[in-house]
Amino acid sequence: MISRIFTRAAIAATAFAAMTGAALALDISGAGATFPYPIYAKWAETYKKETGNGLNYQSIGSGGGIKQIKARTVTFGASDQPLKAEDLQAANLIQWPQVIGGIVPVVNLDGVAPGELVLDGPTLAKIFLGEITSWDDAAIKKLNAKAKLSATPIVVVHRSDGSGTTFNFTNYLSKVSDDWKTKVGENSAVEWPAGIGAKGNEGVANNVSNTKGAIGYVEYAYAKQNKLTYTKMINAAGKVVAPGLESFQSAAASADWAKSPGFYQIITNEPGAKSWPISAATFILLPKDSKDEAAAAEALKFFGWAFANGGKAAEELDYIPMPKTVVELIKKSWGEVKGADGKALAAH
Amino acid sequence: MSDVALESAVARPAVTDRAKALAGIALLDRIFFQVTRAAAVIVLVILGGVILSLVLGSLPALQAFGPGFLISQSWNPVTEKFGALPAIYGTLVTSGVAMLIAVPVGLGIATFLTELCPHRLRRPIGIAIELLAGIPSIIYGIWGLFVFAPFVQTYVQPGLISLFSDVPVLSSLFAGPPYGIGMLTAGFILAIMVLPFIASISRDVFETVPPVLKEAAAGIGCTTWEMMRYVVIPYTRVGVIGGVMLALGRALGETMAVTFVIGNAHKVSPSLLAPGTTISATIANEFTEAVGDVYTSSLIALGLILFLLTFVVLAIARYMLMRLERKAA
Repeated sequence: MISRIFTRAAIAATAFAAMTGAALALDISGAGATFPYPIYAKWAETYKKETGNGLNYQSIGSGGGIKQIKARTVTFGASDQPLKAEDLQAANLIQWPQVIGGIVPVVNLDGVAPGELVLDGPTLAKIFLGEITSWDDAAIKKLNAKAKLSATPIVVVHRSDGSGTTFNFTNYLSKVSDDWKTKVGENSAVEWPAGIGAKGNEGVANNVSNTKGAIGYVEYAYAKQNKLTYTKMINAAGKVVAPGLESFQSAAASADWAKSPGFYQIITNEPGAKSWPISAATFILLPKDSKDEAAAAEALKFFGWAFANGGKAAEELDYIPMPKTVVELIKKSWGEVKGADGKALAAH
Repeated sequence: MSDVALESAVARPAVTDRAKALAGIALLDRIFFQVTRAAAVIVLVILGGVILSLVLGSLPALQAFGPGFLISQSWNPVTEKFGALPAIYGTLVTSGVAMLIAVPVGLGIATFLTELCPHRLRRPIGIAIELLAGIPSIIYGIWGLFVFAPFVQTYVQPGLISLFSDVPVLSSLFAGPPYGIGMLTAGFILAIMVLPFIASISRDVFETVPPVLKEAAAGIGCTTWEMMRYVVIPYTRVGVIGGVMLALGRALGETMAVTFVIGNAHKVSPSLLAPGTTISATIANEFTEAVGDVYTSSLIALGLILFLLTFVVLAIARYMLMRLERKAA
């Protein structure tokens, strides 16, 4: 009796292993940043229809993606916070920017419409430092002569979970405010001097829309889809810009990708009259010495396909495809991913 | 001679069969003993493994910060300065608020169900309570964030702030702007989550009280309240305390629901309306993005503290039960 149960279990286990093994053979796995998850999921769906090969992407956060790819538990990692060239070297990884987006401050103020309020970097930093505590502060009034601003107290809302969005936001604040740089600094999680923490983009969006006088920061797509009151910003060139495809594209184009080893570029506070100051690229990390060559080659095929065919889908979800010249540079860098025979895995 | 030989020739196989059978039974029994003992030992091994890995994992943080880790309010991932005080404080305060609300309400439900409730209502209410326990915590979190927090912000907190603004101690307990989310809201949500534990365990133990005791109480003219106070609760206190401790254990470790509604600020604030954090919420929030040994290790050290906290709470509960039993004896 017992031996019969064992035999059955063994047969079932083998059959199950065979089944999952067959299914996994064509799939690639990735883990990391939550910010590009919607577009990676969308691409994967179309790609599966066209090629039959699937992508399994776990949006566990940028730090998680970096850890997983260093441990080689996934085919590729994804991060909104690029690794420095020496870190890439040490972990034997290559890195490239896959898609670009923007982070926007959102507010909840009576009688203020989306895009009506204008802020600049130093003022934004003072608000998040807790130094400006009321919406009728002189610094905000100076930037918004026409707006009706009452003495509503400011409620700062920030991310509570570690996040690439937070990294890019605090990176921007560090670039525009020395006070921010010395008191708080930049990271995917920081010691916030003021306000309440909310989980995820949706948590911040929700808390801002529930609380009068609140200000937070979210991915542009979240602000747009939840119809939040986003603000305009004064950029590095001193011009007032609205968030949107054009201003994100301008920031991406003004970054000097060719001169940055490992594509290490953080595209906040870029020059250019039209550049949105809190733009962000999100990165893919791939081992140079992949354990599973078939999966690594498939991953390169997938991202090549996405560069060639995924632009429209990206724009529909408010992401910006990488400029063509940058894609050429990226594809050149793929030559470093080699198989055991020393030949490049990339198909081009 | 031949008779004897014949007899022994017949009897011998029977004797060996019997011995074999007995040996077989003895073997089965031994195997059963070993298997059950192994199952019991596994608990100790797993517990030991958890403690060991928690201690090893938190060593870098404890070495970097020393005992100051327990009383530091700093939580700065940029400079890698970490302290556990806000998380410990938030864990204790939210659990305390939850128990303050859930224990009386849970005992009330149990009393109503066993003593006062009309028979047709008993089953629906009992099932409703058990369903409350079956809802996953993430659902409580989402509901708390989207429905309950805005309600608290609009209707509860402004009332509390103005009501207590002139009362010395309470004014600082209910101070500050009404964010909607915060330690009080987290305590409310926790209370709802642990209520079923207290209510259904208390109901079950209340039902074990022999009817003759209750009849005797009624016979000497006790009201229902006096019967509960002087007969039922003293008779069942061990079970009731067990249910309360189970609820407290859940409240201390609850993660997702709290993360959504507590405000996640690493600050010790006297006001219940202010945002705070708990140990498990901090770990859940920051684990994926914790790069660097000291950061990760600090989170594991928080886990170790929660483990010890739960242990101490259980130990106190056991001690209390022991004293009660000794008094009763």
